[in-house]
Amino acid sequence: MKHIKTVNKPKMQATLKTGGCGECQASCQSACKTSCTVGNQVCEK
Amino acid sequence: MKARIHKFEQNGTYILLDINSGAVHVIDKMIYEMMDTFDGTNDEAVLSALEGKYPQADLKEALEELHELMAAGELFAPDINVPPTFKQTGLVKSICLMIAQDCNLRCKYCFGDGGSYGQERAIMTPEVGKKAVDYLIKASGPRKHLEMDFFGGEPLMNMKTVKAVTEYARQREKETGKKFKLTMTTNGILLNDENIKWLNDNDFALVLSLDGRKEVHDAMRPLAGGQGSYDRAIANFKKCLASRKGGDYDYRGVYTYLRGTYTKNNMDFTKDVLSMNDEGFDILSMEPVVLKDNPLGFTEEDLPRIREEYDRLTEAYMKRHREGKGFFFFHFNMDLSNGPCVAKRLSGCGAGHEYVAVAENGDLYPCHQFVGREKYKIGTVDTGITDKETSQYFRESHVLNKEKCSDCWSRFFCSGGCHANADLFHGDIRKPYEVGCEIQKKRLECAIYVQALLALEKMDDDSDK
Repeated sequence: MKHIKTVNKPKMQATLKTGGCGECQASCQSACKTSCTVGNQVCEK
Repeated sequence: MKARIHKFEQNGTYILLDINSGAVHVIDKMIYEMMDTFDGTNDEAVLSALEGKYPQADLKEALEELHELMAAGELFAPDINVPPTFKQTGLVKSICLMIAQDCNLRCKYCFGDGGSYGQERAIMTPEVGKKAVDYLIKASGPRKHLEMDFFGGEPLMNMKTVKAVTEYARQREKETGKKFKLTMTTNGILLNDENIKWLNDNDFALVLSLDGRKEVHDAMRPLAGGQGSYDRAIANFKKCLASRKGGDYDYRGVYTYLRGTYTKNNMDFTKDVLSMNDEGFDILSMEPVVLKDNPLGFTEEDLPRIREEYDRLTEAYMKRHREGKGFFFFHFNMDLSNGPCVAKRLSGCGAGHEYVAVAENGDLYPCHQFVGREKYKIGTVDTGITDKETSQYFRESHVLNKEKCSDCWSRFFCSGGCHANADLFHGDIRKPYEVGCEIQKKRLECAIYVQALLALEKMDDDSDK
């Protein structure tokens, strides 16, 4: 495309059906004990 | 209507986020302006809105590209509702052990009242710690991966219990097939050679607290006697880091984080992050203090200055990356393609339903920050969670159930903000702390920008090959 560069291959919609295994790390448990953002996490699968 | 896109400009780069798919598009200025009008169905309105500003042929070409994105599900993706993968009730898989509700520092911004959490100074016994291990194994049901953070106060003040609990957890791993990931958050004052070796031998991830520059750190983190703690902390942290070089101590494994807190006294915190990096640490975190009615805390008036500082930090981060001296910064780390599933984005931190804190006496609270807020005591290590109503309220307090979050563009990245902060400011975990939200949104824009630039660099490298 000339005007748009898409930089990722998002899977969020797909995970509506496949996610929820819960094996990932608790988000507030890692480097931050005062902010609980999930955006910085990765899927462990 | 719920926001479906978010667009922003960061240092001359125009970025379009499709909220419900997570797609990130780097766009030109023309598309940036078209998105003020374009809703997927109104090409003619876009053409007339920008008539005379851009050639019609270019606008039509750009509209075709936007429709391509829509066809690929990467623009105006459908709204997300609570999926069946988000189980009705949570399973606790992570605990925070208040190993010592006592501390050898008197940090001026401490949310735990110098470690005591408003209670009497006390340390956890090995018996309570072992019961916490058993509680976690039972509460986690089929979940294999479990986490325990040894926290305080200062956990190194109670190594007897740390060692006993660790030994017990390793024994129970063998008996149950569970896998414990262990973390310790420490101020480093007691991080001597013996402790370092023991923590390394037992695969502890470490979160080391340092606020950056010596003068900043010393002003905020004095010893109980009032003297600055920087020199002792940094010397021990360096020794610790050196002992871990070459091992399997990476970001996703057994990491060694240096984390700091910035306050109103150091809104130039880029200097603190760079100071930490200059001292040899490359896995870093720096977070805003959260205080109410306190001169060290932030108000809305501080936001322009804080936003400006994140711009500065972003450019410094990219500069070091380009010079081959890059570092990890927790809030800029974001996997745009392989991020968490929607269920996780709704669970958020999991406080109260997937994550609980165990006070030194064995009482359970939704998280470490709630320890000592008596109405939030939800059970004990003996009984498990008995206040199931509160636990369920936390479970259901996700972004789609909070009025201010459900329409916010960052809803699937921030997880709705910290419940403890919402409770502190509004007495209601469903009313987010606004200043925190604004800082979070700025950080997210910076993170998306950083990851977009890194992805573009990689695309350029790949096309050169």
